[in-house]
Amino acid sequence: MDQFTINLLFVGGSFALYIGIAIWARAGSTSEFYAAGRGVHPVTNGMATAADWMSAASFISMAGLIAFTGYDNSTFLMGWTGGYVLLALLLAPYLRKFGKFTVSEFIGDRFYSQTARLVAVICLIVASVTYVIGQMTGVGVAFGRFLEVSNTTGLLIGACVVFAYAVFGGMKGVTYTQVAQYCVLITAYTIPAVFISLQLTGTPIPALGLFSETAATGGEGSVYLLTKLDQIVTDLGFASYTEAHKDNLNMVLFTLSLMIGTAGLPHVIMRFFTVPKVSDARWSAGWTLIFIALLYLTAPAVGAMARLNITELMWPNGTNGDAVSVETIETDPTYDWMLTWQKTGLLDWEDKNGDGLIQYYNDGSEAMAEKAAANGWEGNELTNFNRDILVLANPEIANLPGWVIGLVAAGGLAAALSTAAGLLLAISSAVSHDLVKGAINPNISEKGELLSARIAMAVAIVVATWLGLNPPGFAAQTVALAFGLAAASIFPALMMGIFSTRVNNVGAVCGMLAGLIFTLLYIFLHKGWFFVAGTNSFPDTVDGSLFGIQSTAIGAVGALINFGVAYAVSMSTKDTPQEIKDLVESVRVPSGAGAAVDH
Amino acid sequence: MADQTSQTRAARDGVGYWKANLRLIIISLVIWALVSFGFGILLRPMLAGIEVGGTDLGFWFAQQGSILVFLALIFFYAWRMNKLDREYGVEE
Repeated sequence: MDQFTINLLFVGGSFALYIGIAIWARAGSTSEFYAAGRGVHPVTNGMATAADWMSAASFISMAGLIAFTGYDNSTFLMGWTGGYVLLALLLAPYLRKFGKFTVSEFIGDRFYSQTARLVAVICLIVASVTYVIGQMTGVGVAFGRFLEVSNTTGLLIGACVVFAYAVFGGMKGVTYTQVAQYCVLITAYTIPAVFISLQLTGTPIPALGLFSETAATGGEGSVYLLTKLDQIVTDLGFASYTEAHKDNLNMVLFTLSLMIGTAGLPHVIMRFFTVPKVSDARWSAGWTLIFIALLYLTAPAVGAMARLNITELMWPNGTNGDAVSVETIETDPTYDWMLTWQKTGLLDWEDKNGDGLIQYYNDGSEAMAEKAAANGWEGNELTNFNRDILVLANPEIANLPGWVIGLVAAGGLAAALSTAAGLLLAISSAVSHDLVKGAINPNISEKGELLSARIAMAVAIVVATWLGLNPPGFAAQTVALAFGLAAASIFPALMMGIFSTRVNNVGAVCGMLAGLIFTLLYIFLHKGWFFVAGTNSFPDTVDGSLFGIQSTAIGAVGALINFGVAYAVSMSTKDTPQEIKDLVESVRVPSGAGAAVDH
Repeated sequence: MADQTSQTRAARDGVGYWKANLRLIIISLVIWALVSFGFGILLRPMLAGIEVGGTDLGFWFAQQGSILVFLALIFFYAWRMNKLDREYGVEE
């Protein structure tokens, strides 16, 4: 059986499973569509939230970014897990106690203002749509590879699948489907990592293998995996893997943006509305993080080991020997993955100096210039290696059996699909529940509400696909922008709503608007207006940027502005009314939490 | 009269409960920041002498250690708060 058929079987089989579950648990009433009737156990909820959370960014993109940068991209690991601490301590239990369906309902009620609710809806939509763009990038890579078509075609097919899939069921369908998706994606991520860890270090646990010695080769004696990796990459002029090369300010702000953003993203927070009790909301965040940590502890190992494997494949005779030849790439089955990925347009090479060999090195490094001149190299010949293909190509690179490759394709799609579906649900509920029913037409029928929810989904996916064709970065980087936006707008409003009785309607509205507009402007100035390439005013590098802060890290600053503006404006306007102070007091204690009530 | 006393007691307990909660949150967040921003990034040079598997302790905290501490923190907080709920009689 050829690889294409195997991939098709795995991907088709997993889809049949999800769709089967979605039909079995089809959403009936609106209350079920949004929050699954609140009967979800913390462990189940944790698993579903983990699937919802771990998107194309975590599964497909993150390890690739770590692989090619090393230590500096640890920020993704800390940022995307540390946010759960904030969520568990600062938001989840109180929002559950409050007992409404959506984040914007809380903001509208707590700040006793329809305007606040509308502003929150706008913030949610902006952050969620940006997030979906990142997912579509990942979907494009995954579909492109497994259908063996170009990235663009893959993206268009993927968009249709995501839409059909999200429209099928509401949260309930999604909750149980997501449990299945979690199982598929964690198996798919772990199995190849275990194989590779065994090959390289003899340790079956990849997280430990990362810090182990490599299986001794050729009597050299054993050396730590990371030491070996540092040696090989610096030999080729690349920055060392384990040292820091980025300034502390950007690292801290970027990590903080991801953390705060995690605690401000609607589709994650919504999950904590669906557990039965306040105490369960506290546990749920912990369970979610356990399931996430299973992947996140493996990811840095996947990155480091893949980097080592790729570099050694390009330099089969060591970094001082001859590079791999074009002929070997075209004929040796070990290099088949390069030929299949070349079809997607995401991987390419070119024998620039015509010596029949493909030299992969850092041609930007001054130290390498001398060596390159001496050997007649005319630039790096591995001309394109898209970071987002690393995880999907990883089992092929390590020469693992065909079924592992099929499993990884299914896992990557599960990750991208589950998150895209969850986000589309959050967008559609924001539009239909908060915008249409809450502001435009309060008397809309249940049927009309469901219809507007689905129209909103369709519009969101069209916009995301269009922007996904020319994404502002690799999947995880685009997603990081979405986190910055959520961090700057939603999280501060939620936190002040719970921890302060003084912040009032005017303050919250001004704070959210200031945070959102500042962050969005800063991103557009560096990434281009509405992410259209070439329309940016500043280069998106640390040195060229407006404040010396990269656009992906600006969310943390936006959040501070939000806090500052909201507090200052509140102090200079009228105090909150007594019933709001009572509401805040009641949210702070768990007793008396009933089932959520709809407006 | 009796009703009023119980109301003031409930209010006082409510304040005590919230203060205890805030104290717990602050302690947890200090640890949260220390392992990630501290050991993982800013204080890494200080930990450079401690070797872990071919690199230093700061690298381990940045890539794995902080995640494990985050997990411990959340479960500790949930356990401690659920106990606090019962002590103050505010559980569901």
